[in-house]
Amino acid sequence: MTDLTLGRATADRDRLLRLLQEYGVYLGVVVLLLLNTVFTPHFLSAENFRTQAVQVAPVLIVALGMALAIGSEGVDLSVGSVMALSTSLLSLYLGYGAWIAVLAAVAGGIVVGVANGALIAFVGVQPIVATLALMVAGRGLALVLLPQLKDVRNPGMAELGSGDVLGVPYLVLIAVALALLVGFVVRRTTFGRQLLALGDSRPAARLAGLPVRRVLIVVYVCSGVLAAIAGVLATARLTASDPTSLGTLMELSAITAVVVGGTPLSGGRVRIGGTVAGAVLIQLLTTTLIKHDLPPSWTQIAQAVVIVLAVYAARERGKR
Amino acid sequence: MLSVTGVSKTFPGVRALSSVDFTARTGEVHALIGENGAGKSTLIKVLTGVYRPDEGQVTYDGSPVRFATPLEAQHAGISTIYQEVNLVPLMTVARNLLLGREPRNRLGLIDFRRMHRTADEALRGLGIRVDVRRPLRELGVGAQQMVALARAVSVDARVVVMDEPTSSLEPREVRTLFEVIRTLRERGIAVIYVSHRLDELYEICDTVTVLRDGKVVHTGRIADLDRLRLVSLMLGREIGVVRDEGLTKFTGSHDTAVEPVLQAEELTVRHLLDGVSVAVRPGEVVGLGGLLGSGRTETAKAIAGALRTDSGRVVVAGTTVRTGSTPAAIRAGISLLPEDRKAEGVLPGLSVRENIALAALPGLSRFGLVDEARIDRIVDTFMTRLRIKAAGPHQKVGELSGGNQQKVLLARWLAMHPKVLLLDEPTRGIDVGAKAEVQKLIDELADDGLGVLLISSDTEELIEGSDRVVVLKDGAVVAELTGDAVTEDRLMRAIATAPSASTAAGGPDD
Repeated sequence: MTDLTLGRATADRDRLLRLLQEYGVYLGVVVLLLLNTVFTPHFLSAENFRTQAVQVAPVLIVALGMALAIGSEGVDLSVGSVMALSTSLLSLYLGYGAWIAVLAAVAGGIVVGVANGALIAFVGVQPIVATLALMVAGRGLALVLLPQLKDVRNPGMAELGSGDVLGVPYLVLIAVALALLVGFVVRRTTFGRQLLALGDSRPAARLAGLPVRRVLIVVYVCSGVLAAIAGVLATARLTASDPTSLGTLMELSAITAVVVGGTPLSGGRVRIGGTVAGAVLIQLLTTTLIKHDLPPSWTQIAQAVVIVLAVYAARERGKR
Repeated sequence: MLSVTGVSKTFPGVRALSSVDFTARTGEVHALIGENGAGKSTLIKVLTGVYRPDEGQVTYDGSPVRFATPLEAQHAGISTIYQEVNLVPLMTVARNLLLGREPRNRLGLIDFRRMHRTADEALRGLGIRVDVRRPLRELGVGAQQMVALARAVSVDARVVVMDEPTSSLEPREVRTLFEVIRTLRERGIAVIYVSHRLDELYEICDTVTVLRDGKVVHTGRIADLDRLRLVSLMLGREIGVVRDEGLTKFTGSHDTAVEPVLQAEELTVRHLLDGVSVAVRPGEVVGLGGLLGSGRTETAKAIAGALRTDSGRVVVAGTTVRTGSTPAAIRAGISLLPEDRKAEGVLPGLSVRENIALAALPGLSRFGLVDEARIDRIVDTFMTRLRIKAAGPHQKVGELSGGNQQKVLLARWLAMHPKVLLLDEPTRGIDVGAKAEVQKLIDELADDGLGVLLISSDTEELIEGSDRVVVLKDGAVVAELTGDAVTEDRLMRAIATAPSASTAAGGPDD
């Protein structure tokens, strides 16, 4: 009798835990929205939502690339430095026109991505070490190209940073479009399937004849390009290039968004919707605490609690 | 010295040991042999304190003991040397040898001079000459193993357990190892020696215990047991019962004039394979026979490009395939069902559908976009044809039974329309009903014109299922059984009596 009830209790607990793993992050976003609606003055205004969305856009874009890297059982620590490199290249080439400058910035992201991917796929360096090397190198290169803060005065960039369509800022539109694109790639393309397969079991993927190396390189190129785009957008919003501080600790924010969003670090699964919600959750959390005049240290503690909760919820997933 | 009586150990679903008696005596080298799953490793783990037996008694030095941890057993004087060396590669030989028992000087610091001298003496005593000041990793695997051995002995071990110590050694190193073992024997140490190399067993061991299905099937002096009898005990097959020709169901009836679809020639991989050649004709099932560690899996992997070869070539339907590349082998029409289904075969976290479509994906896509409708059709076809039992195509493969996982893997490869199927232990660890089904499937596939290379430790399955059997021993082909000669009797004779080609260490008693 006791056994039976106990059995049912654990089954219920398992189900609850699974639901929490799947939808916990969305629940968190909803709870924060409701709390803020009730307790925060002027929360329900279009202007506030715009600010929040614009702030979260760069983190979100970087997190999309990070989700791919983590899904392949890797990680990309160089994203913050890629943003810095991107902003340096952007100001350097702005004289040739906005489009050329943006292309140069994205090319920087591709180069870093290829370097990461080649180190991981061909040399066999662990992702955390390879991307750590590029994280240091990328920031250094960015500072060589542009040693200090420089104002960006370009009508095109200004429009990109503060313009909108029907009240929705360009930044937000681009982030949403990229999220949809990455989601589509993961779900519907050969590359997406192969990425998940090699994240789930590298030896099995290799024996099944998958182009493991090519997929790995593409993963890190994607991550580099997305980080470079985030760098361009952040520059446009700030109307300044600051390679010393742009993107610092971005890799941690991105990993947080991905992990909180329910993508397991063990690979084999990528949750784009969850990643978007994860980035939003962290943003809302920060805002909530700031709006109630709590010191920044509280924000960090709150983030830590959310991460621990997310990891706790994901814990059982490892032992399928 | 160290013995167990009536020991049983049960794991969920498996009875790993049932009332096993085993005694290791001082000054004696005791061989412990058996095929995969016979219970060797479980017995060793019981002896060394890793597992505690469900029933029975472990007796050490005349008194009953219960080791709670491996460390306790080690302190009592039972040392184990595993296949992989478990030492610290960056430390010097001397430090490894005396790790945790370094001699100290008056200040409590390590006395390096004394440490080096002690280490040097310990190694010399065993007839090993290495510079003890060098980091361990600079030594060859063989020398590292010697250091592990010296360490085991220097902690005043009275029982030394060696689990396949020669699997990665050169013949010369094997000789040194044997000299060390003889020294140990003279010092009155009980050695338990696990190996699959018959020549070695006959050279170095005094007594032998054969395990099969968790039971002791024989124990006694090894000199009193001839090789054929030993092999038949291991495999659990009687010798001498010559089958009627009518009983062998697949007597090479397939067209022997047809060109082989697969020709592997002189495949050589250092330590593993020594000029292995195999040919498979369309519609033919060729068995790869031999004991564990004889190079069966390695042959399959080398053909499938999963193991880089030093020399040799693979030809499929007349075209040479680049070796060492899995994609090239797959493009040529070679498909491998790996031995370790869980680690190298299925993707446990993905659905049945994704698993089946995995290899064929590029062919099922247009401009990199997956054609879902075509995948659904193929998945549907194979789930019906192979009778895969799953809640649906979206169930995770990790949740399926072993037999159904194997069928999913078969489906993955059949979707590629292969010319050659390499099946490495296709029915291991799956229940009887599913086993019969998989065997029937293999037959049907061969009838459809596929060339099949079958590896199985189940002798009956191998003999019944194969038209021809190529017998491997120590990484070389030692015999080929065709037609009426495809019998268990002949297979065992080939394994037992064929002279070992590669190990120069091979028995002088041949």
